[in-house]
Amino acid sequence: MSSEYNLSHLDELEAEGIYVLREVAAQFDRPAILFSGGKDSICVTHLARKAFAPARIPMPLVHIDTGHNFPETMQFRDDLVAELGVQLIVGSVQELIDTGAVTEEKGFNASRNRIQTPALISTIEAHRFDACVGGARRDEEKARAKERFFSHRDDFSQWDPKNQRPELWDLYNGKHQPGEHFRVFPLNNWTELDIWNYILRENIAIPSLYFAHEREVIRREGQILANSDYLNLRPDETPEKLQVRFRTLGDLTITGAVESDADNLEKIVAEVAAARKTERGGRMDDKRSQSAMEDRKKEGYF
Amino acid sequence: MEQGLLRFITAGSVDDGKSTLIGRLLYDSKTIFEDQLESIEEASNQRGTDGADLSLLTDGLRAEREQGITIDVAYRYFATPKRKFIIADAPGHIQYTRNMVTGASTADLAIILIDARAGLLEQTHRHSFISHLLGIKHMVVCVNKMDLVEWDEARYNEIVETYRSFSSRLDIPDIKFIPISALQGDNVVDRSDRMPWYDGPTLLHHLEHVHVAADRNLQDCRFPVQYVVRPQTDAHRDFRGYAGRVAGGVFKVGDDVVALPSGQKSKVTSIAIGEKAVEMAFPPQSVVMTLADDIDLSRGDMLVRENNQPDSTQDLDARVCWLGDQPMRAGTRYELHQTSREAKAVVKEVVYKLDINSLHRIEDDLEIGMNDIARVRIRTASPILVDDYRRNRATGSFILVDPGNRLTVAAGVIYT
Repeated sequence: MSSEYNLSHLDELEAEGIYVLREVAAQFDRPAILFSGGKDSICVTHLARKAFAPARIPMPLVHIDTGHNFPETMQFRDDLVAELGVQLIVGSVQELIDTGAVTEEKGFNASRNRIQTPALISTIEAHRFDACVGGARRDEEKARAKERFFSHRDDFSQWDPKNQRPELWDLYNGKHQPGEHFRVFPLNNWTELDIWNYILRENIAIPSLYFAHEREVIRREGQILANSDYLNLRPDETPEKLQVRFRTLGDLTITGAVESDADNLEKIVAEVAAARKTERGGRMDDKRSQSAMEDRKKEGYF
Repeated sequence: MEQGLLRFITAGSVDDGKSTLIGRLLYDSKTIFEDQLESIEEASNQRGTDGADLSLLTDGLRAEREQGITIDVAYRYFATPKRKFIIADAPGHIQYTRNMVTGASTADLAIILIDARAGLLEQTHRHSFISHLLGIKHMVVCVNKMDLVEWDEARYNEIVETYRSFSSRLDIPDIKFIPISALQGDNVVDRSDRMPWYDGPTLLHHLEHVHVAADRNLQDCRFPVQYVVRPQTDAHRDFRGYAGRVAGGVFKVGDDVVALPSGQKSKVTSIAIGEKAVEMAFPPQSVVMTLADDIDLSRGDMLVRENNQPDSTQDLDARVCWLGDQPMRAGTRYELHQTSREAKAVVKEVVYKLDINSLHRIEDDLEIGMNDIARVRIRTASPILVDDYRRNRATGSFILVDPGNRLTVAAGVIYT
């Protein structure tokens, strides 16, 4: 009789994610979903759609726009928002640069990754969000392996990893003082392969960048980077055309592509299952030091 | 492709070989990626360690790497063609008991590591007791470092006997013993040919096949309402759905149900996961149910069957693990969170404190500070709906929240 009541691991992860999203809607006054246009935040949005059906998702999507996004990501974002009928709030990094609130990095490896954090924090403060749901996963990176589902941020948006709230059973304590907020991670227990299997199972639409396509790229320090107006080419670098796809979608300037001929979801699942490098292995932002992620997260980075 | 999920906890410090064991499971199941290995090899070289120090893989915080200890619970993932695994990798020191309690609260199985040279230690008792307290029904006792006792069967049997006599005091229905060498890989993923006297499964084989779905309570129907879905759109003008996670039993369309605490009766008219209608719901599914009648039902209430109801009570007999920096204050008001319900609560009495190394009761020092485990009596300002924790982990557990700083200060399990 018991086999009838067995769930697959994807069913169980889905049930957990939906539960977490409903806790957010129930416990917070001004929650939001942080939407990057990447596969993880697309999965979070898909879970939110399921969690509140047949109602609309009862919180806005927030996009921190670095100005260095892939155009495909922006188009995808706008189409999804229209389909869901939810509010889109954009926090602009370019605006902060223009007003002098932040200074842009210079040089060949310059990126806007680090200055996303002030843009995120100012958006949270301007809209007084008390919970921001994101698609980060514990398997991505060793500092993230320590994350809670409800992760507390002080009134400077800082994370204190050595002094986190204990989180027991599925009793998530979202109580906080004014000015503090939570980052919430419904996909904590998912791996990259789980995400892809779930996208395949649910037939979730994703940006075309994830599928193999021909693109003009340059090779730098073992990475393959998309050539674009935002990339500062070194004198010895010449763009070439390759058949590539992206395993993660960050900014154009930091997201490494992989050579691949996986042009459909089945092939991507097979490729990810056989992969010998982590997906963030292609992210220049994590390569800066052993504690690169922990340090950025303490400052308020996602 | 479809497979179940097993959540298990490992507790211990680097010396026990815990990190080596986890590293071995990840490495031999091919879950460690090339760039992760490069990164820890580089870090190991920098600090002059021989070879790749696999503990660097699990200790993710700067402070942990500096001190070479595990402080907080870290979660690790690996999968085999048969199953997906979530490891809660918890610290073993007594000053981090609360972190082990956290990791154990969601685990189906616990791995207890015993150094074959040292035999049972205080921490063996402590980790076993916490696993038992948090309701873990499956235990695997790995007698590790068998290479250092010349693969000696007699030594292994001695440890097994000692453990059995200790664990007879705990309520753990399924205990498995496996002799291993995490360092050399014997009986972890691959069978050892150096201990022909052992004819049981390897650790991984056991983890792949242990049956945990039966631990879920499928008898007592419990549906704590988490959120009310009211679309208020033209297409669904009058829709009112009750969202939640099934905490026990099996709910079917057409079932008669009772809403608590109101006692109003109705019938389940639909169950859905997302936009997909289903015929039934069981733990741990997240669903939306609709009812035949417009009744008073909102977050914190519970749907049950008329002939099988939880206790409605304001007086709790509980075991708590204190998590807060500040000691417990008798007579102080805390917020008690249980299922989706909250109530003001006061600790009326500390019955005893436990020495979690010896399991002796301490009755002359009832000051409860961080990491202490105690039996207490709690009074809530309004009735809550509870089951015995040993029967239902979801309806038998609670946390206490400090109303001032809003921190989670205690975790409790209810005995009825």
